[in-house]
Amino acid sequence: MRLGEQARPAVEIKIDGKRFSCLAGDTVLTAVLLAGRHLRQSEFGDGPRAGFCNMGACQDCWMYRADGERVRACTTYVEGGMDIYTADPQHHVA
Amino acid sequence: MSLEKIVIIGSGPAGTRAAETLLRQGCRNITGISEAPASGGQIYRRQPAGFGRQADEVYGSEAEKATALHRSFDALAGSIDYRPNALVWNIFDRKVFTNGPKGVDEIPFDRLVLTTGAMDRILPIPGWTLPGVFTLGGAQIALKHQACAIGRQVVFAGAGPLLYLVAWQYMKAGAHVVAVLDTSAFANKIAASLKLLALPRLMFRGLKFRRDLKAKGVALHEGVRLARVEGTQSVTAISFEKGGKKQWLACDAVGLGFGLNPEMQLAELAGARTRFDRTFRQWVLAHDGEGRVAEGVYVAGDGHAIGGADVAELTGERAAWAVLADLGLPVSAERQSVIRRALKRQAIFREGIEQSFPLPAEWLADTPDETILCRCENVTFGEVRAAITELEPNDVNRLKAFARPGMGRCQGRVCGHVLAELLAAETGRPLEEVGRLRGQAPVKPLHYKAAAGKAEGAVQVQQWLEQADKVLEDG
Ligand SMILES: Cc1cc2nc3c(=O)[nH]c(=O)nc-3n(C[C@H](O)[C@H](O)[C@H](O)COP(=O)(O)OP(=O)(O)OC[C@H]3O[C@@H](n4cnc5c(N)ncnc54)[C@H](O)[C@@H]3O)c2cc1C
Ligand code: FES
Repeated sequence: MRLGEQARPAVEIKIDGKRFSCLAGDTVLTAVLLAGRHLRQSEFGDGPRAGFCNMGACQDCWMYRADGERVRACTTYVEGGMDIYTADPQHHVA
Repeated sequence: MSLEKIVIIGSGPAGTRAAETLLRQGCRNITGISEAPASGGQIYRRQPAGFGRQADEVYGSEAEKATALHRSFDALAGSIDYRPNALVWNIFDRKVFTNGPKGVDEIPFDRLVLTTGAMDRILPIPGWTLPGVFTLGGAQIALKHQACAIGRQVVFAGAGPLLYLVAWQYMKAGAHVVAVLDTSAFANKIAASLKLLALPRLMFRGLKFRRDLKAKGVALHEGVRLARVEGTQSVTAISFEKGGKKQWLACDAVGLGFGLNPEMQLAELAGARTRFDRTFRQWVLAHDGEGRVAEGVYVAGDGHAIGGADVAELTGERAAWAVLADLGLPVSAERQSVIRRALKRQAIFREGIEQSFPLPAEWLADTPDETILCRCENVTFGEVRAAITELEPNDVNRLKAFARPGMGRCQGRVCGHVLAELLAAETGRPLEEVGRLRGQAPVKPLHYKAAAGKAEGAVQVQQWLEQADKVLEDG
């Protein structure tokens, strides 16, 4: 939850196709957690994951862009129009 | 003046002071590389542009030091080849391999100063991979860097000075801190108090945190044994035992940590050796007392041994003096002796900290089999135990090859030491005899950015890795 610094400009991104309004300077991790979502499902089926170290060390927070490129959520800042997915969208075109 | 190429990795307290000293003493060919977008490192991490909090809101009692360090770095950044946002993923053949905004690159060096910092040391407990569980450092970054709390009702659990510091910072910032669950008993701190008095300011600051937290109604439990983080999709509670009594606290987030582990992988790739430090119960880099670890390679800060921010500044400068001496440039014997004396006091204090917050490694013997040990590859304690019994590996690197833990994306940063502790405990051998996971390139996953051209970058990286493997095999 936010504890201040709310006067920054709003930035709109999409998380799994749903619009979410966050603030410039938010990391993708911050935005996704504020949107009330986890970051990804563990590949091993043991449930959702939502980051851990927040400093680019544990690699637990990788998400996907629309083209399947991977994004480390805790060290990537949001940009207007960003399209972020909790699972590889390229693998879901069935 | 010297035109030898000096590469410094890291722009925290250690890297900043190293660069500043080298520049001031006449080195003119310095490259400073950091994965971070801005200087400051972990403790004095800067907020992104557009945030308005003043330094004392972000750094509290350390605001002055933070501002001074930022100012030093800003003053020197224009005089060096400064490359922020660039990951160093390999060191090989006296070259540093980076991946940054402009893609992959290789930078040859004559001398290399490594100041790569640390990350939280974790003991896994059941439920530690649930959304809502962060490292203590991660919880602090949420606050410092994003002005966010990791939850609405937060419990801080584990051991070490960050435990009380982060809880206090959360409370000050207006977050709801439910409790601090300290795994170390109060008696440990009493026993350590003489050593802690080596740095009275820090000791009294610690006492103040406790007093303020109590005054605000935050429950402080000491000498607890953490049982599990409860929840299925995210954290709903944490359970623990104190004095034989089971307890349970509702919360939606947990900050977990047991001190720090040095980030030594790059140093190992550059030829540094490690040694086991019994007091700290961890591996550190072996150096000559002034930061030299290999021919033309120097280390400083939490990345060579955990010492905290002041030690990072001091050892950063110390490494710079070592470089200067080796370059045949004048050194200040006076500064070197000031640093030596200050580090002695710091070392006594650090011992006190270790004694105050011992790692409860003995827990691992009883960690339930279904608990995840390696969160990247999802290997459980049970699977690792089975591999130990069946295959009798004599070293953690073997165990890794057999059972996959530590093979994942994080390269064993998170679970490597746990694996060693478990192997030692299950086979009844001393921890230092089971070894440690060796650093391997790439030290962090590479994602190839547009500028290098996706395919081109990938091919190049693959060639470098093959080349490195070949040399290692031949050697
Ligand atoms: C999350 C966290 C929070 C902390 N908070 C506090 C605190 O509040 N108070 C306190 O006293 N101590 C704190 N510490 C301890 C802290 O490590 C030291 O106090 C201090 O920051 C150490 O300084 P340093 O220069 O050695 O390393 P750091 O400050 O950690 O700096 C390391 C630098 O190396 C860079 N780096 C690392 N690996 C690579 C790579 N592969 N490629 C490129 N660059 C790289 C990083 O980007 C960074 O710039 C914290 C530690 C952590 C991990
Ligand atoms: S949360 Fe650990 S790397 Fe992002």
